Amino acid sequence: MKLHEYQAKELFQKAGIPVPKGRLLTSRDKLGSVLEEIPGPPWVIKAQVHAGGRGKGGGVRLVKGQGEAAEAVAELLEKPLVTPQTTAEGVIVHQLLVEEGVDIDKEFYLGMTVDRKLACPTMIFSPSGGMEIEEVAKQSPDLIFKEPVNPATGWMPYQARNLIYKLSQVPGGYTVKELSSTMKKIYDLFVANDCSLLEINPLVITKQGSVIALDAKMTIDDNALYRHKDLAQLDDPREKDPLEVLAEAASLNYIRLNGNIGAMVNGAGLAMATMDVIKLAGAEPANFLDVGGGASEEMITKGFEIILKDERVRAILINIFGGILRCDVLARGVLEAAKKTDIDVPLIVRLEGTNVEEGRKILEESDLDFLVARDMAEAAELVAKEVKRQG
Amino acid sequence: MSILVDENSRVVVQGITGREGTFHTQQMLAYGTNVVAGVTPGKGGQKVQGVPVMNRVAEAVEMEGANVSCIFVPAAFAPDAVMEAAAAGIRVIVCITEGIPVLDMVRVANFVKEKGAMLIGPNCPGIISPGKTKVGIMPGHIHRQGSMGVISRSGTLTYEVVDQLTKSDLGQSTCIGIGGDPIIGTSFIDHLRLFKEDPQTEGVVLIGEIGGTAEEEAAEYIRAEFNKPVLAFIAGRTAPPGRRMGHAGAIISGGQGRAEDKIEALQAAGITVVLNLAELGDTAKQIMAGQ
Repeated sequence: MKLHEYQAKELFQKAGIPVPKGRLLTSRDKLGSVLEEIPGPPWVIKAQVHAGGRGKGGGVRLVKGQGEAAEAVAELLEKPLVTPQTTAEGVIVHQLLVEEGVDIDKEFYLGMTVDRKLACPTMIFSPSGGMEIEEVAKQSPDLIFKEPVNPATGWMPYQARNLIYKLSQVPGGYTVKELSSTMKKIYDLFVANDCSLLEINPLVITKQGSVIALDAKMTIDDNALYRHKDLAQLDDPREKDPLEVLAEAASLNYIRLNGNIGAMVNGAGLAMATMDVIKLAGAEPANFLDVGGGASEEMITKGFEIILKDERVRAILINIFGGILRCDVLARGVLEAAKKTDIDVPLIVRLEGTNVEEGRKILEESDLDFLVARDMAEAAELVAKEVKRQG
Repeated sequence: MSILVDENSRVVVQGITGREGTFHTQQMLAYGTNVVAGVTPGKGGQKVQGVPVMNRVAEAVEMEGANVSCIFVPAAFAPDAVMEAAAAGIRVIVCITEGIPVLDMVRVANFVKEKGAMLIGPNCPGIISPGKTKVGIMPGHIHRQGSMGVISRSGTLTYEVVDQLTKSDLGQSTCIGIGGDPIIGTSFIDHLRLFKEDPQTEGVVLIGEIGGTAEEEAAEYIRAEFNKPVLAFIAGRTAPPGRRMGHAGAIISGGQGRAEDKIEALQAAGITVVLNLAELGDTAKQIMAGQ
């Protein structure tokens, strides 16, 4: 689960990591009173959306006075923002973070993530702050410093020295201390909140030598939300596709994509492979939907309903390899959904595995109109044929 | 032969009194798996499907000689269950549980390694040596004893692959689902090493997916040290970046974990990569016939 910048910065502040003074703005009328509370001008006005690349999309504005501030707010608030990471329609900006301007001397990158290969949290530090870290990694990998953390000891002060003294220009003693303390706090925050990613880009050193987190990105491990009820409440469903929100409520793994072939599959790996097969057949998947290993009849019904709500869908492929999920349960779920909704697109069903005979029989004896595929190859062929037929 | 589990495996099921634990104990017994004990703290003395239930894994080891564990414990308690098994001296631990927090797995993975145990999973279908034993949740009937090793990050996708292999007259020595989480107990390479030494295994099918760099590392190992034919499939070529595709570990992030890079690395190591899943069985048959 992603947090907004302002949410992450509130957590930073509680953890003692310095951030610029700022206020959240959700309506234009409040701009005057918000600006009164923040030192400036200059001010920085930042769109609060989960999508990255906000700067490139014009979602971060430096303003030099009240007039400019009002203009920026008028242009951003409740308007779509298009960034390299959004669709062409962009995402609607519902909230702005208004902050004081900061006198920047140097910019760094400071991040923490879990290294899958080493199986431990790893701190990443780079003097190339303010740029996309992926680009830095590609173009000058020697400017990316890493410190893996032994989970038994936690973050140790020597590790901060390992990172800071790699800089070609080591900052003064006061700044070194501030950086070192920030790293320790970042590690503690990362672990305490079950983060999967924590990024400050840029982490700046001001002309006075102080360290300030100018940006903040935090992603919480979804699997750990059960023990962070307070964080779970920070979820912003407005950032998600409405169909994805529906699916989430039904415990279904659903991701909306750009094509027109709806797909319902059990198991994440098979669901991905089915998307790939659809694409190979010359069509585009409309979604990723994994109904899971142990889906119930209700979950199947719900999943099918969600696919049908997507108006772009022109054919549906159901690909089930019954293991824990039995084929007869799947068949009953599909019939239940068909009763509630008119299915006006071709339905292609491929069933295999546990109770496959019973599942096929249930579908055949119903008045549901569908095509049977015996294997993945045939399923792909039928999908391709349907797409061709419909032009 | 086969790897890790066979007819001599004595399985303890942790979480045996739960719905999943009970159902799959019955399924494993039906397959012929030697389930010697179950563990649910506080329920010692009961019986499930005729299997004695104990309070601790250590008792199952002492009293029934358990040497393999299969874990169906809910995510919040699974880390403790895995560590209990490792501490009790179980050498092969299979964790089916999905949804364990990553930072818990960091501690678990390090602990298990210290104890010298092999952890399969979490978030996996388990391991089966067809005709000998099944430790996990895969449908047993699609497997057939034979010479192909299968290693996979996925569940149902593995069933699909095994089904195609069996229908192409290619039986399996051992099939392992290593799990779909970012941090798992054992990697492709851990199992490739074992398949290399296993005389029954003549070829290996490797099933990967987007996320991480485990496939690239496996490719490097195969190129340098593995001497049997390998066939690979990578799921998620059409997955959008930045989205978690069902599995916690299946995400393309920061330009890493893309299917194309994995396929390229595998091909560069001389490994045949099947691009269309529907053709996997036939391709495997051709490769093995050429040996």
